[in-house]
Amino acid sequence: MADQYDLIVLGSGPGGYVAAIRASQLGLKVAIVERELLGGICLNWGCIPTKALLRSAEIFHYMQHAKDYGLAAEKISADLSAVVARSRGVAKQLNQGVTHLMKKNKITVHMGEGRLLSPGKLEVTSAKGTETLSAKHIIIATGARARDLPFAKADGKRIWTYRHAMTPSEMPTKLLVIGSGAIGIEFASFYNDMGAEVTVVEMLDRIVPVEDADVSAFLEKSLKKQGITILTGAGVESIDVSASGIKAKIKGNDGKTNEVAFSHVIVAVGIAPNTENIGLETLGVKAERGIVAIDGMGRTNVAGVWAIGDVTPGPWLAHKASHEGVIAAEAIAQALGNKDVHPHAMDRNNIPGCTYSHPQIASVGLTETKAREAGYEVKAGTFPFIGNGKAIALGEAEGFIKTVFDAKTGELLGAHMIGAEVTELIQGYVVGKTLETTEAELMTTVFPHPTLSEMMHESVLNAYGRALHM
Amino acid sequence: MPIEIKMPALSPTMEEGTLAKWLVKVGDKVVSGDIMAEIETDKATMEFEAVDEGVITAISVAEGSEGVKVGTVIATLAGDDEDASAAPAAKSAPVVPAQAESAALVDPTPAPTGQQPSIKPGTADDGRVIASPLAKRIASERGIDLANVTGTGPGGRIVKADVEGAKPGAVIPATLATPATPASSFASDIPHETIKLTNMRKVIARRLTESKQQVPHIYLTVDIRLDALLKLRSELNAALEPRGIKLSVNDLLIKALGAALVQVPACNVSYTPEALIQFHRADVSVAVSTPTGLITPIITDAASKSMSAISTEMKALADKAKAGKLQPHEFQGGTASLSNMGMYGIKQFDAVINPPQGMIMAIGAGEKRPYVVDGALAVATVMSVTGSFDHRAIDGADGAALMQAFKGLVEMPLGLVA
Repeated sequence: MADQYDLIVLGSGPGGYVAAIRASQLGLKVAIVERELLGGICLNWGCIPTKALLRSAEIFHYMQHAKDYGLAAEKISADLSAVVARSRGVAKQLNQGVTHLMKKNKITVHMGEGRLLSPGKLEVTSAKGTETLSAKHIIIATGARARDLPFAKADGKRIWTYRHAMTPSEMPTKLLVIGSGAIGIEFASFYNDMGAEVTVVEMLDRIVPVEDADVSAFLEKSLKKQGITILTGAGVESIDVSASGIKAKIKGNDGKTNEVAFSHVIVAVGIAPNTENIGLETLGVKAERGIVAIDGMGRTNVAGVWAIGDVTPGPWLAHKASHEGVIAAEAIAQALGNKDVHPHAMDRNNIPGCTYSHPQIASVGLTETKAREAGYEVKAGTFPFIGNGKAIALGEAEGFIKTVFDAKTGELLGAHMIGAEVTELIQGYVVGKTLETTEAELMTTVFPHPTLSEMMHESVLNAYGRALHM
Repeated sequence: MPIEIKMPALSPTMEEGTLAKWLVKVGDKVVSGDIMAEIETDKATMEFEAVDEGVITAISVAEGSEGVKVGTVIATLAGDDEDASAAPAAKSAPVVPAQAESAALVDPTPAPTGQQPSIKPGTADDGRVIASPLAKRIASERGIDLANVTGTGPGGRIVKADVEGAKPGAVIPATLATPATPASSFASDIPHETIKLTNMRKVIARRLTESKQQVPHIYLTVDIRLDALLKLRSELNAALEPRGIKLSVNDLLIKALGAALVQVPACNVSYTPEALIQFHRADVSVAVSTPTGLITPIITDAASKSMSAISTEMKALADKAKAGKLQPHEFQGGTASLSNMGMYGIKQFDAVINPPQGMIMAIGAGEKRPYVVDGALAVATVMSVTGSFDHRAIDGADGAALMQAFKGLVEMPLGLVA
């Protein structure tokens, strides 16, 4: 029997649905299987709705500081349920957008739980029953979920994951955030802006530990100034839940354990891939601790079975998943005889990361420490927001931009930013890195005035001792 | 479905070419076999025929575009079953308000290749090597000639990884890596004009430079008496007249070179770093001057062909060469070359070997000279002939043996007929 489809994508998050669209563009007959909502976590429960929440917090923050801009705003208050309702509305709009994209690209949507039976065979179970689909290729794009702490299983009442934190039934008064990665810091920032008393506990010696050490230090100072308590080198040993709140035993970096009371706790200690019960073991798909091993194009060890996004090695970011989706779709089209596509494996050093805290963080490539560890002779430059006219005019003079170069070749190894709107700036360096620019092209690029982007220029100039405005 | 017309590979080795001329325009209906365009490759201009039927809805590569990579979409046809006016829109990107989400917009692939002709690096097309700034810098620091590096980036762009992976063979001293031609920013007070380099001129420049830089030439000159050959030629021409065939001296010399190469196989060779390739057939490339430059159509298996066959073939090839219509297989290959400048009164010259061939025979003018015949001074028709040999592959003695064999065949030309 001929296969029903050229490609079935299991999971419709930003990896899966983008892979499906790209495959369809290349003339493949494509189906997508989703158990819950088209668009996956990213646009229903992740990236997008949190950005909506943080936007509310940001505007609230500005209203509270209206005086700084010569304006008056009185009797300001936050309506948490309205803020959440707006966030849900944004997610819903995007979910419908993906539905539309599937239709437009003639992608068949099968709602239900998918499970691989054999290479090319996939069973979908839904309330309506079970059907078996067949395809020449299958992409696993089932994503990931929040990792649990054994002593703090999320209950949605007092113990939250990102998902509960996004749709809170009540406003926390005293919030504990365990983990200081992007998710932990974003919620810490949001609830702090909304008026909660927030404590962040991080096991490592600095917060946002994947970022450049200078960024971590700057963020810690900034969050502390905003009233957030930061405990680094600290661990939560146990949590006792009661009707009125929780009590957490926290071991500090001095080795002493204190019991502290909170109203709520958000567990943000990383993610776990959704690779159980989808038939991977049956097929013998190679995975390590649930993370599927792939080559540069997304091929697993089983022919015809591919994997992208959060089920594969990190970074676990939506845009990385989307990019892998495109590469896998093109590699599949190529395998099916399309000679016009030339997929290139992704360079992991060119994947940017963004944290939408207040202040924002954005980065790409190697940190200064990592660059030195890798054996590079490093030239690094920084430029502070306080030296930028636009930043001062915005009233956002806090932050800096740092660039890291290979002294030998002038290769831009990394860029690290903290401050207002830096998440919108980082792509300039990402384009530069992807095009393999050296410091020379960045120096001769004309940056518009007055913009925050001028700091990107100055940072490069500074790395070579040529900064103009400092 | 709109049909994409792509830059054809007009020879097995063609990677790109110049879209010299469009013979159709948007709105024209074409049927299979219609000539759509003229495409210039390294050495020839060829006509490009339509395979599909339909109406041209878009021409995406402009006339005169150089370095159009094979496979690039150059035009779009609407098939019979569709409205031609609707076809171009089919490719436009979807714009959906819902795509506000950043991740939804990520598309890392380069734009459809049809929009922008990409240029294969290392080719002489417009002298420009497509490489990232970082790749260029690493290459210059390590003395790597980017012309020898294959690009693996989008559109064949040379990226860092390609340069870092460059084999030692690609590394040549910085002095040699300097382009042989001055940069286009040539400045002079002397009144001058700038003449655009044709693809052919660029290939000639590159190949001859390569030859003189990389191939150690040894030159061996002999004087050859032509009287017997001229006598044979006039007798043959008298006999061939009813068939309308007129042999030139050159036709006979092609045959002589082919036969000599078969007699002395040590000179019918190509040098490669791994091994010496000795050919079992002598294919003679014959230098032909054309308005745009030198080209060398090939008489395959010259030793086995009759002189009348060589003459007929050579005439056809020369006509095609002058019209720029030679097919790649008609000028690519050859095991040795023959260049004759006798008709210009050149007494003797040393030709540049056409790699990877192992030798080239340079023929001077046949002229009456005082000549010692049987111990007495007499007048004879004599020409000076110089063989240039790749000394890596061919020793002096072997080269000398070939010159002797050639001389023998010309001076006792009945050997050519038998």
